[in-house]
Amino acid sequence: MEYSKALNLPLRRRLAEEFSRWPMTLKIGSIMFLGIVLAGIFAPWLVPYDPYTQDLNNTLQPPSLTHPFGTDNFGRDVLTRVLFGIRIDLPFGFLTTYVPMVYGVVLGAMAGYAGGFFDGILMRVLDVVVAFPFLVLIIVIVAILGPGIFNIYLSIFLTAWTMYARLARAEMLVERNKDYILAARNLGYGPGRIVFRHALPNVINSSIVFSMSDFVLNIMLVSGLSFLGLGVTPPTPEWGAMIAEGRDFIFEAWWISTLPGLALVVTGAALCLIGDGLAQRLGERRHALI
Amino acid sequence: MNLLSYIVSRLLQMIPVVIGVSLVAFLAIHLVPGDPVQLMMHGRATPETLQAAHAKLGLDQPLLVQYWNFIRNAATGSLGTSIIQNADVGKIVGERLLPTVLLLVTSAVFAILIALPLSIIAARRSDQLADHVIRLLGIIGFAMPPFWVGIILMLFFGIYLDWFPISGYGRSFGDRMYHLVLPSLTIALFLAPILIQSLRAAILDVMTAEYITVARAKGLGPWRVLIKHALRNALMPVTTILAVNIGWLLSGAVVVEYLFSFPGLGSLLVRAVGQRDYPVIQGLSLVFAILVLFVNLLADLSYMLIDRRVLKA
Repeated sequence: MEYSKALNLPLRRRLAEEFSRWPMTLKIGSIMFLGIVLAGIFAPWLVPYDPYTQDLNNTLQPPSLTHPFGTDNFGRDVLTRVLFGIRIDLPFGFLTTYVPMVYGVVLGAMAGYAGGFFDGILMRVLDVVVAFPFLVLIIVIVAILGPGIFNIYLSIFLTAWTMYARLARAEMLVERNKDYILAARNLGYGPGRIVFRHALPNVINSSIVFSMSDFVLNIMLVSGLSFLGLGVTPPTPEWGAMIAEGRDFIFEAWWISTLPGLALVVTGAALCLIGDGLAQRLGERRHALI
Repeated sequence: MNLLSYIVSRLLQMIPVVIGVSLVAFLAIHLVPGDPVQLMMHGRATPETLQAAHAKLGLDQPLLVQYWNFIRNAATGSLGTSIIQNADVGKIVGERLLPTVLLLVTSAVFAILIALPLSIIAARRSDQLADHVIRLLGIIGFAMPPFWVGIILMLFFGIYLDWFPISGYGRSFGDRMYHLVLPSLTIALFLAPILIQSLRAAILDVMTAEYITVARAKGLGPWRVLIKHALRNALMPVTTILAVNIGWLLSGAVVVEYLFSFPGLGSLLVRAVGQRDYPVIQGLSLVFAILVLFVNLLADLSYMLIDRRVLKA
């Protein structure tokens, strides 16, 4: 009733109404995240320096007005590199979260609905994948395939869907016995239509909430791999690679390692706040963290 | 269902998973594009050395025979030979198992010490200022990557204050504990937010139970009800939460061990990957997975010993 009334309102009113229902955490998180995205897009116009050009007369300068985050061992402006890092870390986090989410949710939902043999096989595969610590699995796959950003994508696409499959399956087991599903079945709809058009919108919420934590963990993953020397290679302004580079100068120039990490924390906090707010808005039991 | 049959059925459930895990670890070396031995020797192997190395690793035998040998050897603790270090992988890995287990235990203890008081306060003052502040701290804690936290802790406690060593692993037990402080604190700071959230929910859940209402009706103060009555039951899921997150704990340990030059399984893995030491990578992936499965089994069993009601379900 309320929903059909809302549909008749003009779009602007509907958006305003939706926005007014957002919890504070969701609003703050979204604004922070939007700011980070914009800073990444407009990075070349925000700072006068180039992230790659070395200036050997200006190495290891502490933070000052001309270099708010200082300069690194090659005289490159750290703030510039942090801003350009958004262009590497955010798309990576986005793709490694939402690509596996698509097929993870679909597989989990189908297994939960169908049950039987397909479900049994999927569950055994999940058990095996989950038995390996995630980072260990990624490192081993990267070791097999060889280093490089493409292989990191591949290794995550191979493994990261499992968590979503698990969540969607668990939700589907509850959902499949509800009246509206039985009604749809009695109307003669096939399992494809029931899963995709009727059940999916109801089993996806927990995955959406989890995807925010997953986004954070995936950004940490690529920066962690780069930190270990298995991910993005040095001249590229990736946050983890920058932290690793600055580690050698930690005694004389603390800013090279610590300030790029701050970018990671701010991005992660924004995403967690969104996740926390979404959990509230969607009426989910589970919260943002893991 | 009695205790013994529960344990047996739980062990039987593990068999397909262990087979799957061993298959993945076994296939790791075979999925390497090109010849693994040639890669390990950076393409400098002559046909004779290649053949000798293949024979040593058993790579010249049929795949099924190799798998059977792998399983048979793994069951006796032998995980093949590292060509690069010219030593038994089982021995190399075995030496580093204990430090990693110690690191996990101390990290879990630190995480509980941080999470317990904060979750009690958050539950006691739920939806008030203190709760919101703790949740915000949790979000920030979760968003901090362990390798970055480690560097900050090194800088502050290791160099600025000079309280704790920033790398390595001591000789005596006390010295080792001393070396473990900063690495375990790093992992604990990542784990604590997850623990706080689950504990807070568990406490709030228990607080709605009837026996809590009885305790309140007797006129006991809110803190006494919480600590003496509610906490006992709310604490039970902690083992499960820790076990479920053992994978994350170990993932964190890999990075933290590398950062603190700590001689554990994680730093060995990073080194082995750098050296393309495939037998070590293979053995380590198996040990990591078995460790996760074992901790989960242990948590299930301990949970059952604490709360016999699980058996009836």
